[in-house]
Amino acid sequence: MCLAIPGQIVAIDSQNTHLATVDVVGVRRKVDLGLLQDEPPVPGDWVLIHVGFAMSKISEADAADQMETLTMLGEAAAAIEEVRGYGLENEIPDYPPQRWKQ
Amino acid sequence: MATAVTKIKFREPQIEMSHGAGGKASRRLVEGLFAPLLFGSSPGPLGDAAHVQINGTKIAMTTDSFVVKPLRFPGGSIGELAINGTVNDLAVSGARAEAIVVTFVLEAGLPTEILEAEVRAMADAAEKAGVKIAGGDTKVVEHGKADGMYVTTTGIGRLLSGVEISPQSVRPGDKVLLSGPIGDHGITILLARGDLDLEADLRSDTRSVFPLVQALVRECGAGVRWMRDPTRGGVATSLNELARDCGLGIVLCEEKIPVRDSVRGACELLGLDPMHIANEGQFLAVISSQHAESALRALRATPGGEEAILIGEVHEQPDSAVLVTTPYGGSRLVDMLVGDPLPRIC
Amino acid sequence: MKFVDEFRAPELIAKAGEEIRKLADSDRHYRIMEVCGGHTHAIYRFGLKDLLPANVELIHGPGCPVCVLPMGRIDDGLSLAAQPEFIFAAFGDMMRVPGTHGSPLEYKARGMDVRIVYSPADALKLARNNPEKHVMFFAIGFETTAPSTALTLVRAKAEGLNNFSVFCNHVTIIPAIRAILDSPDMRLDGFVGPGHVSTVIGCRPYDWIAKAEGKPVVVSGFEPLDILQSIVMLLRQLRRGEAKVENQYTRVVPWEGNRAALRVMAEVFELRPYFEWRGLGFISQSALKIRESYGTWDAEQRFTVPGIRVTDPKAAQCGEVLKGVLKPTQCKLFGRECTPEQPVGALMVSSEGSCAAYYNYEHRKPITIANAATR
Repeated sequence: MCLAIPGQIVAIDSQNTHLATVDVVGVRRKVDLGLLQDEPPVPGDWVLIHVGFAMSKISEADAADQMETLTMLGEAAAAIEEVRGYGLENEIPDYPPQRWKQ
Repeated sequence: MATAVTKIKFREPQIEMSHGAGGKASRRLVEGLFAPLLFGSSPGPLGDAAHVQINGTKIAMTTDSFVVKPLRFPGGSIGELAINGTVNDLAVSGARAEAIVVTFVLEAGLPTEILEAEVRAMADAAEKAGVKIAGGDTKVVEHGKADGMYVTTTGIGRLLSGVEISPQSVRPGDKVLLSGPIGDHGITILLARGDLDLEADLRSDTRSVFPLVQALVRECGAGVRWMRDPTRGGVATSLNELARDCGLGIVLCEEKIPVRDSVRGACELLGLDPMHIANEGQFLAVISSQHAESALRALRATPGGEEAILIGEVHEQPDSAVLVTTPYGGSRLVDMLVGDPLPRIC
Repeated sequence: MKFVDEFRAPELIAKAGEEIRKLADSDRHYRIMEVCGGHTHAIYRFGLKDLLPANVELIHGPGCPVCVLPMGRIDDGLSLAAQPEFIFAAFGDMMRVPGTHGSPLEYKARGMDVRIVYSPADALKLARNNPEKHVMFFAIGFETTAPSTALTLVRAKAEGLNNFSVFCNHVTIIPAIRAILDSPDMRLDGFVGPGHVSTVIGCRPYDWIAKAEGKPVVVSGFEPLDILQSIVMLLRQLRRGEAKVENQYTRVVPWEGNRAALRVMAEVFELRPYFEWRGLGFISQSALKIRESYGTWDAEQRFTVPGIRVTDPKAAQCGEVLKGVLKPTQCKLFGRECTPEQPVGALMVSSEGSCAAYYNYEHRKPITIANAATR
């Protein structure tokens, strides 16, 4: 149920606007955009593809945020360890970020 | 004189497509039915080509049949596969192909121009490979059989001097060499069939690997322990066969295995493993550790060998298995292909 | 590959691995269930288990739609399509799954027109291109795949393509998780939540796991970094004694899910009162069936379904393995009567099944009676 991979929208089919050509490192396939009709993607957008349908738009911002957090892994922990020594446990910024918890 | 009854160990009630896919099922059929009945009591490990002694001279001989749909695809056609496939089987057994005979099984209704195009392709491929087409046979079957045409080629060749390849000569510490990117041919065919609606700029890699094998043998002689062309079943199947035949472990380094982006993309989309996909223009070699670096240099200096790379080495453990290490210190076993590689959605 | 390669960066994976080792309390043994078969597959493919300390144990959950399908449904589907004018279309995943009289590929060898499709839209295309045949699409999958089937049915109806029907085996994930938690032999500390199912249903449906059961849930992506980061997040919660639902897969999963997908599912499907799950028995409100308004395209409403019930061979312990109670190697048939080439149960044939994963990816020695007992 879970094989879904990212692809970039190259072109929307002029005759059937619910279909788009999506590129995955040089492999192209027509993908149905019907499940994203509430906020239709445009050429250049990245989408998650599963069984020939686009399931979700991929947020570059969220991906970048995640990369940043992962890069800081270890550094944040080191900071926390250091601060722990000062008895400031309750003042440590929340990890992971609040917006991941809603 | 009592004759022993040869028992066959192949128990399946009917032949399935998987028996021709080059993986475990094929091996069961060959080892369980063909070998006991055809190859006598001690067949030995089954290689790409047979070496037969005639009056003191060792001749290499091999045969292969080509059943491909569609007949023409980006980068080649059934005709070229038929010539290059047999030349390559001889090459990886350490022999130069000298002559090939061809059998055609043609479907009634096949347009002549298609047949002519294939025969031209075969003539061209043979000339390029430096092999003579010495004869052949033709049969025609009813419309609806033979998918247009089936081609079988049988080739003989002369062993290169200095060659002593066998799985038994493989030792721990030996290196595994791959001539170039994998998966091109199999994915090209899959896309050319049109069922999956995928498009990519991919071509079959069909070519004769003999010049590369020759360069390797010249450089290393007996340092070349084993070779194979990973056709159906891919690199995983060929290396698993070696591992079983020599009882040692083959440990590969995942990030060293070259895969073109579009092959990778198609495999990710369809849930396929490039290591199980057929190749028609690449070969694997196991080289002794002292020759490995010079072998690589020799290949890279040969036209067509620029992308050759060392992808792993032979170990004692895990015995009779192929292990792939991931870039993160993890590892996984890679098995032979079970049936045909099937796209998956899960 | 964008949005893939970055999440496979070795240095970051090493960091995440270290973080996990730091966070895992040496006095505790953590049992974390990864629900989704796709996670099972990814963990093995990337060798992630090797990066975890011994006291962080990953248990494979029932999120493999092929594995949980009872054999009777496969028999039903194949018998419906066993007519000369039928084309049986299904995903590659189904092709080797054994029914009582063989798998779809074996039926194909015996002459049935069986086609592998990558998308339900491709099955519809087959119907369009073969007007004299009837194409029956054998639909499987959790909520990730169900919307695509639903949308295909909407398109079939709009086009008036009557030579097309769907044999629907879509199931829903929450009842499966409930069945696991209700099972007396399970002790779990937390869940790695199914990332792609959640692109459709969102993260709210897991609230009860955190609130009522007190177990943390982290909805996770499928790249190695995603899975490791999710384990980090779970361990942090466990250290703090928390139980919340978190979303690690923010680049893809919207907290509220995909409304358009949920709408099209509601238009086409309704819940079956109950459905049989391999290994978990009958679960109420756990599977989808096609509404009467789409009856013409529902194989079950249009044709007579035999309704075959087939129990698994007694020796096969598919159910316990599915629930995570037994490891695959503890099933008596594992590696002997049941192998990927000659599978007895679906967990060995499905690429996501834990038995197949163990068989293909774990370091294995020849299994003898002696060492089987110690696994």
